[in-house]
Amino acid sequence: MAFINTLLSYGTAILSSFAFLVLSAIGLAVIFGMMGIINLAHGEFILLGVYGTALSYHEIGLPLVLAMLVGALVPSVVGWVLERTVIQHLYTRPTDSMVATWGVSLITIEGLLLLFGPSYPGIQRPFGPVRVGTFSAPIYTFVLMGLAVGILLFTYYIFMYTEFGLRARATLQNEEAAHSLGVDTQSIYTKTFVLGSFLAGIVGGLYAPVISVEPNAGSRFVIAAFVTVIVGGANVLMGTFLSGSILAVIEGIGAQLVGTFFGRALLLIAAILVIRIAPQGVSTFIGEYE
Amino acid sequence: MSSLFEPFEGPNVIGESRTFWVGFWAVVALVLLYPLIAGAYSTLQMTVYFIWIFLALSLTVIWGYSGILSFGQTAFFGAGGYLFGVLGTNLVQITGETAIALLVTVLGTTLFAAVLGYFMFYGRVSGVYVAIITLAVTLVLELFFTRSTELTIGNATLGGYQGMTNIPRQTFELGVTNITLGPVTRYYFVIGLLLVVYFALRYLVNTDFGYAMIGVREDEDRTEMLGYDIRLLKLKVFAIGGALAGLGGGLYASWGQFMSPPIMGIASAALPVIWVTVGGRKTLLGPIVAAFILQYLGDQIALYQASFSVILTGIILIVTILYMDSGAIPNLERYTAERFKNRDATEEETA
Repeated sequence: MAFINTLLSYGTAILSSFAFLVLSAIGLAVIFGMMGIINLAHGEFILLGVYGTALSYHEIGLPLVLAMLVGALVPSVVGWVLERTVIQHLYTRPTDSMVATWGVSLITIEGLLLLFGPSYPGIQRPFGPVRVGTFSAPIYTFVLMGLAVGILLFTYYIFMYTEFGLRARATLQNEEAAHSLGVDTQSIYTKTFVLGSFLAGIVGGLYAPVISVEPNAGSRFVIAAFVTVIVGGANVLMGTFLSGSILAVIEGIGAQLVGTFFGRALLLIAAILVIRIAPQGVSTFIGEYE
Repeated sequence: MSSLFEPFEGPNVIGESRTFWVGFWAVVALVLLYPLIAGAYSTLQMTVYFIWIFLALSLTVIWGYSGILSFGQTAFFGAGGYLFGVLGTNLVQITGETAIALLVTVLGTTLFAAVLGYFMFYGRVSGVYVAIITLAVTLVLELFFTRSTELTIGNATLGGYQGMTNIPRQTFELGVTNITLGPVTRYYFVIGLLLVVYFALRYLVNTDFGYAMIGVREDEDRTEMLGYDIRLLKLKVFAIGGALAGLGGGLYASWGQFMSPPIMGIASAALPVIWVTVGGRKTLLGPIVAAFILQYLGDQIALYQASFSVILTGIILIVTILYMDSGAIPNLERYTAERFKNRDATEEETA
């Protein structure tokens, strides 16, 4: 029985870590993979989703699922404005765009602090716990895990089976050729950035019932997102999925054996080791699939 | 005058005219006179702005001159501070001085940077990847020091989120007596180190090594084709940056006798990037001036409302990136250079 308990708690830790890594990274990975731009305010975009959800849940009284969708609109709008005003001038200067989005990150953190103070009321976690013998874990953890896979599939669908996806992939492969064949590449970039921001917002909504709603909560997501993208490499979906899986096993086991911080530190060490062996991340091993 | 400063002059730094050096030494003289005019308390307050300059210079060498965008300079700064705290607290009881602690601190952060640099540059990682790896390292270090509430090393307690207290002040063994630096002597110690570092860097960037650094910044592949081992070069540059940031951290720790994790948080990590961006990344003097002015202004605004100071920094950052690509100081320098062109024949446009 004790053995099964251990097995279950390790399994849950790994699944929960997988969900967190993949969900944290997905919006960042879409923007990075398609535009080569790292949005350093990504953690704060997720946080805007969290705040949007918590606000529409508490202040307007929307049901949770609806509140999450409304919450996701907040970073989408911010992302659109940011793309139109700042990012579009910096397509050819990826490191400068990082620095500029860092400015956005700082403004967002302090803005939230000024508007809502050091903490905002959280949302109660939906569903109860699941029990197997003496072992218990929140059902929501498994919901998140399912949604992580679901959102990956949704993104896959968008890029592989829609008109937008086709044009986006064409732009990625050869911007000039795509442009001369009539693809409005500028609009593709804007839409991609908004899509990435929207995904960040959805993730924020999903984690609104899990984390404490604080202005500096974004850095948790951003570490996870960075590490996953470093290990995943440029291949948006397979890279994120594979690196999420590998890192989740490392973090889950590390966290169970020693503690949460140890798991997080192991992630980083793993990422640094991976880039020494495979600088392009696990994408190196996938080859070109798109 | 110009022959005396020849080793420190070249196309890779701004300011080699007579006017520049006169102005430079006038400013240095003012800085040196400051404690006599302002008194001990203001001198103590002023010292920290000069300590930030070490942090600014560390990023200038790495990013400004070699094109490697590191978001991890505060990691080295913070690690330096904690390292000095631990070593200083333990050693001062045995040896009665902290010079060795400061030296080992600088060596330690140099090694830290070299190891991290080895994994990145020998893995051929560059561009945005270096930036996100260094930022991740910084944030994880912050997390580590925040969680380290129970951790003690020898007599030193790291103190978790409350920070490490009672870090010893700089103490030197002088003959048979030990001298602990007070507010004014410490100020001169910091200024002295800063001048040494500034001239050393002016010299460095105008040597062959400096040209190679700029070669890497302008075109990595071309520099490599010319026969430079750019991996080793980047590693060395990164280690120099680690040393400078670590030195700054050690000085900072003994200045306030205190270190706490937020120094490695996301808001602090942005500071050197802001100074170098605003000051102009291709110069040494720009980031120095920007660090001093921005940090001073930031602190003045923070007295009123800390958030406004950070928000303002964010806005300055975005505006500079969008509208003043090369930074504010080089733009100013170009402007004054053009105005003085007729008056001063030796004035040359170097940007």
